[in-house]
Amino acid sequence: MTAKRADFPLLASSPGLHYLDSAATSQKPRAVLDAMMHYYTHDNANPHRGAYALSARATDRYHQARETIAAFVGVRDSACLIFTRGTTESLNLVATAWGRANVGRDDEIVITGLEHHANFVPWQQLANAVGAKLRICDVTADGRVDIDQFRTLVGPRTKVAAFNHVSNALGTINPVREMIAIAHAAGAIVVCDGAQAAPHLPLDIDALGADFYAFSGHKMLGPMGCGVLVGKRAVLEAMPPYQTGGDMIEYVADDRSTWNVLPHKFEAGTPNVADAVGLAAACDYLQQLGMADVRAHEQTLTALATERLLAIPEVAVYGPPPAERSGVVSFTVGQIHPHDLATILDELDVCIRAGHHCAQPLMRRLNLPATARASFYVYNSEADVDALVAGVQRAREVFG
Amino acid sequence: MSNTDALYQEIILEHNRKPRNFREMPDANRTIEGRNPLCGDSLTLWLKLTDDAISDISFKGQGCAISKASASLMTAAVKGKTRAEAEEIFERFHRLVTGKMPEAEHAAMGSLRALGGVSKFPLRVKCASLAWHALHSALDSASADVSTEREGPEAPPGEGA
Repeated sequence: MTAKRADFPLLASSPGLHYLDSAATSQKPRAVLDAMMHYYTHDNANPHRGAYALSARATDRYHQARETIAAFVGVRDSACLIFTRGTTESLNLVATAWGRANVGRDDEIVITGLEHHANFVPWQQLANAVGAKLRICDVTADGRVDIDQFRTLVGPRTKVAAFNHVSNALGTINPVREMIAIAHAAGAIVVCDGAQAAPHLPLDIDALGADFYAFSGHKMLGPMGCGVLVGKRAVLEAMPPYQTGGDMIEYVADDRSTWNVLPHKFEAGTPNVADAVGLAAACDYLQQLGMADVRAHEQTLTALATERLLAIPEVAVYGPPPAERSGVVSFTVGQIHPHDLATILDELDVCIRAGHHCAQPLMRRLNLPATARASFYVYNSEADVDALVAGVQRAREVFG
Repeated sequence: MSNTDALYQEIILEHNRKPRNFREMPDANRTIEGRNPLCGDSLTLWLKLTDDAISDISFKGQGCAISKASASLMTAAVKGKTRAEAEEIFERFHRLVTGKMPEAEHAAMGSLRALGGVSKFPLRVKCASLAWHALHSALDSASADVSTEREGPEAPPGEGA
């Protein structure tokens, strides 16, 4: 089943708009917006606090949202699903709270050259702060993790291996099962950045077995400002909290405090209930479409766009073949700078991303200053591919 | 003329293809790096200041057609000018690309008027301004690299994932 454009108020009200930047953020279906509005108009109170029915209802909504999202991504122990502001905050939580407690001088941190800055800079900063070594796995010419090198980089001094499930810049789907097995065999913990996987692939986080798995709500039809960190119970219980304050404590003495149980230990302050409710509605919506169908739909459009773009002279598409990518087509057109391309496409109501995609280390490795990136999601169709191709042809006319 | 046609006028495309003064200058007495961290564009600007005048100016770098053409047009416009004259051209350029210059004044801008199309594209003002902010800083002092995020009066475009 594919999504109806009419389900998305922004797209329904802009019939000529070709939104091809869902890897940056997705549009929102009415069901998500309605769920959030319903929460604020019927159930809003501060959860976990009030001794009155309304607060109890808010608490219920919040917990139901957590259960729904946990079931959708394959997490049985929903108390191990922590709400954050998004993938960036989830990864900073791990690098800071777990990292400072577990990584020391001369320990090693393994990441890859394929990372988004959100899964690169926190580890770089941790390494610099504690005197650990940051080891960066190479990327092959076709935009994959060099798995042979990864195998040699992970060793007895490796405390943590952090890598994305799917690359935001190229759409590469990484062999995460194999990478997790390699890291675990060396005794390292695994942090997986799932920001580009959770929206696009059927996901079973428990089966995958990463120690931490992070994703964002806003890239999967949910609201901005709400994301998730899933952790293994033993790891979460052993590590210190990230932020301290209300809700996350058990008992506060004058000179020390004890922590609340999971997930509250990692959710200091008033939680973002409405956005959690919205994200749960997004999971319900995706569940109805069926994630296998979502994947198949994106694969069809990605293959079609890749084929039609490559038929245009001077177009280069980066990353592995379409079958091994999510719904991302990262490309360049001869000497036309991607920003100029994006401006020309914009006049034809085609929205694409142009630039380094928050992945400067990757762009250096591929020796590219920038690429244009079109990314597909449930509401896109062949008409969007037609518009993209027409826009690229128009850009070639302008630039002669 | 569509907005993009006004943006990518022939003179802009020509300066993008064959930028003027696109070379290093080993005997420069002012060198400055300009960067746009949000898009990754960067350029190096070299100046030879003799007494109070720009006796030579050159640049190299990578960027979009707008940033490259603007840098090229800038070097042609300010070469041989005094510091004060160059600052005055900078001020007029800025009014032109931000849409604050009356149409009647455009003709007096010479070749630079081709950059007027940028005013319809707020996200591209930063591209057009990169070299100019570098020039402004180079004339101001001998040091400090330039970042559009510190120098530019324009709002930064969103970065996203």
